[in-house]
Amino acid sequence: MSKLYERPKSLCDVPMHYCPGCTHGIAHRLIAEVMDELGIEGETVGVAPVGCAVFAYDYFECDMQEAAHGRAPAVATGIKRVIPDRIVFTYQGDGDLAAIGTAETVHAAARGENITVIFINNAIYGMTGGQMAPTSLPGQFTQTSPYGRDVKKQGYPVRISEMLSTLDGPSYIERVSLDSVPNINNAKKAIKKAFQKQIDKKGFSLVEVLSTCPTNWGLSPVESMKWLKDNMIPYYPLGVFKDVD
Amino acid sequence: MSEKVLMKGNEAIAEAAILAGCRYFFGYPITPQTEIAAYMAKKMPKIGGTFLQAESEVSAINMVYGAAGAGARVMTSSSSPGMSLKGEGISYIAGADLPCVIVNIVRGGPGLGGIQPAQSDYFQATKGGGHGDYHLLVLAPNSVQEMVSLTIDAFDLADKYRIPVMLLGDGTLGQMMEPVEFSNDNISHVYEKPWATVGTQKKRKHNIINTLYMSPEELEYTIIERQKKYNSIVQNEIRCETSYLEDAEYVLSAYGTSSRIVETAVHQLRKEGYKAGIIRPITLWPFPSHIYKKAAEHAKAFLSVEMSMGQMVEDIMLAVNGKAPVHFFGRTGGVIPTPAEIVSKVKDIAGGNASE
Ligand SMILES: Cc1ncc(C[n+]2csc(CCOP(=O)(O)OP(=O)(O)O)c2C)c(N)n1
Ligand code: SF4
Repeated sequence: MSKLYERPKSLCDVPMHYCPGCTHGIAHRLIAEVMDELGIEGETVGVAPVGCAVFAYDYFECDMQEAAHGRAPAVATGIKRVIPDRIVFTYQGDGDLAAIGTAETVHAAARGENITVIFINNAIYGMTGGQMAPTSLPGQFTQTSPYGRDVKKQGYPVRISEMLSTLDGPSYIERVSLDSVPNINNAKKAIKKAFQKQIDKKGFSLVEVLSTCPTNWGLSPVESMKWLKDNMIPYYPLGVFKDVD
Repeated sequence: MSEKVLMKGNEAIAEAAILAGCRYFFGYPITPQTEIAAYMAKKMPKIGGTFLQAESEVSAINMVYGAAGAGARVMTSSSSPGMSLKGEGISYIAGADLPCVIVNIVRGGPGLGGIQPAQSDYFQATKGGGHGDYHLLVLAPNSVQEMVSLTIDAFDLADKYRIPVMLLGDGTLGQMMEPVEFSNDNISHVYEKPWATVGTQKKRKHNIINTLYMSPEELEYTIIERQKKYNSIVQNEIRCETSYLEDAEYVLSAYGTSSRIVETAVHQLRKEGYKAGIIRPITLWPFPSHIYKKAAEHAKAFLSVEMSMGQMVEDIMLAVNGKAPVHFFGRTGGVIPTPAEIVSKVKDIAGGNASE
């Protein structure tokens, strides 16, 4: 009998702490599958964020560094400059990447730093219990926008992929979603392409992954997938924003 | 023996770092340390090194974290307002047991302060700056030549103990030109770094550079282990220079630029018959407390001279522990004390006219 499904080799054989139905686990799996397929596990150094994915350093078999909140692109820059022939990626949430770490993100992209950023956009701060994120949608209810995000007072969401694609530094920027099987398959292709860009020394690559946070959205995992599809994708259109050879 | 060259302190630090094997420099421009970055920007590309001007000091120190975690000899430099921003990264570097060298060419504060030399970051350098239970090993040169030797030593100490080491200068030292010699004598051990994240090559378990521990017991354990390292630094790495101390009744103490002024003042005092001596700490942490303690057996009084409102004076008080009065004289905000002011302060103390 042939095995149809197994744990990717680049993923550690440990239980993950993510909530049931959270798409962080899917994103981890896709990255690990890509590392396996490209044969780069032994060559790769990952940088974990501060956020729900903080323990990512325990989940990937490759070498890992844990960065301060938002600083992963700077940490990855330091690593990459020392070992330019290795593969360096960061894994960051939207608070980490698009609020406290905005400067680090923008300037790593502008420098065309040859790293890969996996950006998990779940429109909320998961780890700290569901506060408004820079990516929370207009009207979205969170712990710190209890009456719904009022754009007059709390401003508008940040579209990172669109913003960064105005820069000359990035080689590849795509937004994908984890709400359905076809979209998940597509997300994997994007992640693989992003790593390939780095292997080919093309410069900064980023995949924005629309994700769910059932716990802090107050929805079931299935309802969360639907909420993502109905609310996030219209505001954050999927697609390739930049692809330079 | 190599020839002497005339060099600015800041440039001497940069050249010494390169000599010590530093090939990665991450920084953000700020007066009065800019010559370090300028020197690195010129030199590094020619020797296969990296100079990177970051978007902020926050980013620069986190680049240092990444590079140190990948096993490199790496340095950043800044001046006071920039050091405040580096506080976060320094705490993480200390917590992850990563070696690096951080240079602070101090200017007057608080806030934007001024661009003139000061010593008002002593507390920040020796007592914290970032959060948590940690220490930096802090080296305080007082000449351009010592900026060279201590920079080289800083890289070795950082690697030996896996800690961030700070070189604490000030605008005067950074800008002044003196003849220096670069010799290869004290260069520089190569340390194995099996903990570095450079890719497993699938030959070992993954290395993790981390500062997070969810269990309080585990976190406490790592802090206590690190404390043992600090204890051994206190045992082995204290550096201090003394002069005229044997018969000194008035012990003046200063580090860095102010120690040069104190030297002039003490010569004058000796000429006039005052038994004055000097303790110059070269490591500010660990602090040479035992030297003060011993001096307190015969000293009538101590005087800390600083370009601040009095910061090191607290460490002297702790060391002297009430055995003798400890006085303070300082100018701050970029004003440099004069030998005459110091001489007159000592005379006041000797005449019983100075309050502690
Ligand atoms: C300097 C600093 N500020 C605040 C925090 C607290 N904090 C931890 S995680 C987090 C938000 C994480 O949200 P996000 O990046 O969206 O990731 P998620 O948890 O949703 O995956 C915050 C604010 C911190 N650890 N450090
Ligand atoms: S809080 Fe949200 S983002 Fe965090 S693990 Fe739970 S579901 Fe996932």
